[in-house]
Amino acid sequence: MNSPLIQARGLIKRFGDFTAVDGIDVDVRAGEAFGFLGPNGAGKSSTMRMIGCVSPPSEGELRILGMDPRRDGPRIRARLGVCPQLDNLDTELTVRENLTTYARFFGIPRKVARARAAELLEFVQLSERADSKVDPLSGGMKRRLTIARALVNEPDLVLLDEPTTGLDPQARHLVWERLFRLKQQGVTLVLTTHYMDEAEQLCDRLVVMDGGRIVAEGSPRELIERYSTREVVELRFTTDEQGTYAEKLAGMADRIEVLPDRVLMYVADGDDALAEVHRRSLSPSSALVRRSSLEDVFLHLTGRTLVD
Amino acid sequence: MLTLVLPKLVSFEGAGRRSASVAERNVTALGSAYWLVMLGGFLEPVLYLFSIGIGVGQLIGDIGLPGGATVSYAEFVAPAMLAASAMSGALSETTFNFFGKMKYMRLYEGMLATPVRPIEIALGELAWAMIRGSIYSAAFLVIMVAMDLTTPGRALSAFPATVLVGFAFGALGMMTSTLIRSWQDFDLIGSAQFALFLFSGTFVPATAYPAALRWLVEVTPLYRSVDLIRGITTGTVGWVQALDVVYLLVLLAVGLAVAGRRMERMLCK
Repeated sequence: MNSPLIQARGLIKRFGDFTAVDGIDVDVRAGEAFGFLGPNGAGKSSTMRMIGCVSPPSEGELRILGMDPRRDGPRIRARLGVCPQLDNLDTELTVRENLTTYARFFGIPRKVARARAAELLEFVQLSERADSKVDPLSGGMKRRLTIARALVNEPDLVLLDEPTTGLDPQARHLVWERLFRLKQQGVTLVLTTHYMDEAEQLCDRLVVMDGGRIVAEGSPRELIERYSTREVVELRFTTDEQGTYAEKLAGMADRIEVLPDRVLMYVADGDDALAEVHRRSLSPSSALVRRSSLEDVFLHLTGRTLVD
Repeated sequence: MLTLVLPKLVSFEGAGRRSASVAERNVTALGSAYWLVMLGGFLEPVLYLFSIGIGVGQLIGDIGLPGGATVSYAEFVAPAMLAASAMSGALSETTFNFFGKMKYMRLYEGMLATPVRPIEIALGELAWAMIRGSIYSAAFLVIMVAMDLTTPGRALSAFPATVLVGFAFGALGMMTSTLIRSWQDFDLIGSAQFALFLFSGTFVPATAYPAALRWLVEVTPLYRSVDLIRGITTGTVGWVQALDVVYLLVLLAVGLAVAGRRMERMLCK
């Protein structure tokens, strides 16, 4: 009963010479919300496609719902809900038909499909657009419809690849709220994201991926405790040379990071540290004390270089 | 029949049901514009039958079949138009439409996240193409009977033959779609289709060509289809028609197997 829904050992995915996923171990347990966090190109989507049984692993062991994706693909997929990174809704069908037709692919009887479509449209707040085609819908609506479609077979496991990328804040919050409800209903969620707030809001446990490898694993809280300090002081100085302050601030923080526009001090107590800064009359033009976030962990682990 | 040809590929439980759900999706997607496209596809061979079969036929008179029988030119051309319409019905669905769904609508990506497998998508799309092709064929056979170009009994036995022709060309079209890269290549398919239409013993008996060219014509799929259907509608069935049936079955099996394999490689990377 308590065997993991997803179990990966030494999982590798290669595309020609390029290794997208480079030997990862993952366990996802029933009922949890599990996140793959990482910059673009970290191997998140490739991992998701392998879990979704549409991409055969190059090497390693992978078991989904206790079955082997190489052999039991259709049987596993029957119990999965997949929300891909790019919407692939059927533009020739209406909103409602997108759900009923998709249900038919799972062998769900027409009558049940219609009832479930109505229920799900209610759940994602699209009932009023039921007979509209897909194209005129906004990005957020399409995403919600894709999520509804992923739920049409009442899956045990829902895979969401960057569920809120490209959505405006209102749309993102609506999606989060619906996902949170699913989680409360006991649905196991696996999602990828590069938004820290999303990971903090939704994930019980997550792994940080970089360059095809897992570089850290734990709950958002644990990761912050392990890889960051409790608080962060952000200082801006009027001079262009933020760098010269690194030396002056040395010894006052666990770690100091110099960015082009500001200096970050990783400390246990932000107010104490700021008082010390003022006492040494280093007078920053602005100062902000905040709690450490997953973003600090993420940037610490995956570096600040831009990855496309 | 398909389970006999491809036991390994469709042995999975529920495969038939899943293929049917793919065809069902196309029924749901039918829009009003589609009926116009269908009407066009039906009218084309009818127009050829009237203009060339009847019109030009009056200048030509009767024509001798390989078996020795003599038929009117319209009787000679009509089964060829029937075979050509079964071909074009199947091809239009499995080339242009299929390619668009695969590359641009990303439709199959969504389907593959469900229990549906690539070969089942291929089978479902093919079954759908067959429905369309069969409607063309049935309507055309009714016209042939009404114009006294064949008997009702022969028309009834010609119908399953047209379905086989449609299946074979559908599989061929689907295979081609998985092999080509861009829309430009469809011009080539269109040209090839038109060449087949003109030279597959449709308007002129293949015996009229020089030996080398005749041999080339006789191995083309449309020639074999025309030969099969003409044999039935003119009541001159012989052992050659059995060869035609085997030829088309092989085409169907190979086309479907290649299409399924290629789709798997493209969509399940």
